[in-house]
Amino acid sequence: MSRPNVVARHLVFTFLACVLCVAACEREARRYKELPAAANRETGVRVTALQPGTAQQVAEVDSPYQQNAWGLGEGKRLYSAYNCAGCHGLNGGGAIGPPLMDDKWIYGAKSDQIYATISQGRPDGMPSFGGHIPTSQIWQLVGYVQAMSGQVEATTAPSRNDDQMSALPESRQSRQSPIQTGHR
Amino acid sequence: MSWTAVCIIPVVIRIRSLPTGALPIFITLGLVSACTGKNDGLSAIASARPLHGSFSTADPVELQRDDGQWIMPAKNYSSTRFSGLGEINTGNVRQLGVSWTFSTGMVAGHEAAPLVVGNTMFLVTPFPNIVYAFDLSKPGAPMRWQYDPKPIGASKGIACCDLVNRGAAYANGSIFFNTLDGRTIALDAETGQPKWITQLTDVNKGESITMAPLVVKGKVLVGNSGGEFGVRGWLTALDADSGRIAWRGYSTGPDKDVLIGPNFKPHYEMDRGKDLGISSWPAEAWRTGGGSVWGWISYDSDLNLIYYGTANPGPWNPDQRPGDNKWTAGAFARVPETGEARWFYQMNPHDLFDHDGVNEFVLADVTINGQSRKVAMHPDRNGLLYVIDRSSGEVLSAAPFGFVNSNRGIDMKTGRLIAVDEKKPTQGVVTRDICPSAPGMKDWQPSSFSPRTGLLYIPHQNLCEDLEPTPASYIAGTPYVGASVIYKAGPGGNRGVLTAWNPSEAKAAWEIKEPFPVWSGTLATAGDVVFYGTMDGWFKAVNAKTGDLLWQFKCGSGIVGQPVTYRGPDGRQYVAVLSGVGGWAGAMVSADLDPRDATAGNGWGGVLGDLKKVTTRGGMLYVFALGGSK
Repeated sequence: MSRPNVVARHLVFTFLACVLCVAACEREARRYKELPAAANRETGVRVTALQPGTAQQVAEVDSPYQQNAWGLGEGKRLYSAYNCAGCHGLNGGGAIGPPLMDDKWIYGAKSDQIYATISQGRPDGMPSFGGHIPTSQIWQLVGYVQAMSGQVEATTAPSRNDDQMSALPESRQSRQSPIQTGHR
Repeated sequence: MSWTAVCIIPVVIRIRSLPTGALPIFITLGLVSACTGKNDGLSAIASARPLHGSFSTADPVELQRDDGQWIMPAKNYSSTRFSGLGEINTGNVRQLGVSWTFSTGMVAGHEAAPLVVGNTMFLVTPFPNIVYAFDLSKPGAPMRWQYDPKPIGASKGIACCDLVNRGAAYANGSIFFNTLDGRTIALDAETGQPKWITQLTDVNKGESITMAPLVVKGKVLVGNSGGEFGVRGWLTALDADSGRIAWRGYSTGPDKDVLIGPNFKPHYEMDRGKDLGISSWPAEAWRTGGGSVWGWISYDSDLNLIYYGTANPGPWNPDQRPGDNKWTAGAFARVPETGEARWFYQMNPHDLFDHDGVNEFVLADVTINGQSRKVAMHPDRNGLLYVIDRSSGEVLSAAPFGFVNSNRGIDMKTGRLIAVDEKKPTQGVVTRDICPSAPGMKDWQPSSFSPRTGLLYIPHQNLCEDLEPTPASYIAGTPYVGASVIYKAGPGGNRGVLTAWNPSEAKAAWEIKEPFPVWSGTLATAGDVVFYGTMDGWFKAVNAKTGDLLWQFKCGSGIVGQPVTYRGPDGRQYVAVLSGVGGWAGAMVSADLDPRDATAGNGWGGVLGDLKKVTTRGGMLYVFALGGSK
């Protein structure tokens, strides 16, 4: 075993450790403060794929909590606390409102589309939460809603209910391919 | 045909400009007859019924006795859903065939009963609650008019259990109905034009209306829905002529709001005391305590009392509301003119299981221990069939009409339900195999009673549940439930039953097991036939004495409606029912819920996922007659 080889190994190990650390840092981060207002892109959100003429591209904004276990866990807690569960089912099977665990989306499955739906409400019964809860909590809910249909990494998604298990945990939900059907 | 069309158009315009009553009908018929010279359909009207009979102004107390018509969802004030018509009977019912149909074009659950007044049928659909009138005197029953109340879409977000409407009511030339967004509307039965519209609820408080109104002594009785939204329940009386509120009796709060006064004489000690609607709750909890009034009202014109039940207390989580939670999950007897309460009996003090008391009270004279008694029969969510002396509120018997393990009946001395300790739910703990489940042994779907057989025909469920109460936060306009529930089939595996109950002997005469919950109403006739529908779409006729299946027809969608029967202008007997699966149970299909979450639809995901494999949504009215559309 030559010395340069050992150095190379150390370098590789250090690099991998850093990568893991960075990833883990994001996964484990705690953000208690409000996110910058710029994160709220609801005004630029389109809820349909159809545009007249050449489609204009708008930069999509992901939930800052999409890869953050704490944020998704907070989203799961808020999903019950704000009574989302009462309408959409404890695990997103739907009730008064549509299911959130399957692949059918009325107003779009992208992060900023879900943000807009929660914030603005929708005329068929979805209440408008904008201005009633902090924007950071809406983003946490967005991340959790995506976790319900397997849209986030299994290592980051919540893995258990504190209450009666009524479905597979979010971390084991099969990843759905969202389709914007526009109806149910 | 062209002559008819030319002549009818000016007549229709004219009729809208005329005052209501029999005169315009007379003029219409006269003009049309003069134009066409000969018209079989119209001459049939004239021969079958007097013109004044078209929209009778008779006292509903009299009109409800006419078996040719069906002027309120329960047929009559006693809520028997029994018709004296016997042309269709056990011997010939297998010759029933489709006479005509009508597509509502709607996909929510169709729970309403069609009404027949004179020669016109009236129908109210699920949200958006469009009312249709059909001319029964013409082939195919063409539409006479339609009225769209345009309820706001936001109200769809506060309808706990699908976007249903349970029907309209007729009195004195008007059709009265409620909209999901909380309005009561009186329409001129002749023209479909609104006479008045009264907004009764606030969507932002989670209040909606799904029940069918009942018109008693010139008062339109209407209750709110929203027991899963922390509303404060009430029954309101509107003046039938003006739409103005005459009185409102709340189900929680101080006695003056509940309309409890010196004449309030409950039979049992547990229901006596001052301001129990406050003191049987934690501080201020009565303000969001539920007890909505979304079910059925009966009326005894001799005793001059109305009877109805109050819904579950909110939230479902019982640990958040220690106390008896008056006046929820119980039965009220009130005076229709003033709303004054006469007696109250609480079937489920401190309700543990979402066991609303709103199921029907069927009024009849029944022989109990050799004596004829004036009773109200009430099949409750908790699984007990209550036979109550309707003058005093005394319970004469309370026997289980299915498998019950969460109570041991009632203490006949105190009237109080005897709860089974090991099935009492506790916050944070999953209690398994509670029978019956939250929808109860029986939900809203109304029974019928045949005086010929003395049997009550109860459509119901056979379900149990696993339940964990969870903390509920009250946020106005959002669900206030606090429970994780998963339903499962009860003993035997059949999720539905039609039970024929003998109230004199307090036991079942026969029962029919059904694979799915029987979520439709039943109809009993003097032909000794009982009609009901199944969630997978079968409309069935069975022998009222034996339960033997006599006839069945597969409808386009599951049936959760209320069958009715009437005599057409041609003198034949017809049977009508809406198909269109939905309602709380059927929302698995109508709202396209995902059964991979067992709590979907608030507990149905675990037990009714297979309904999606056997039926689809979509409303259709079916009208049957012997020999079909001959």
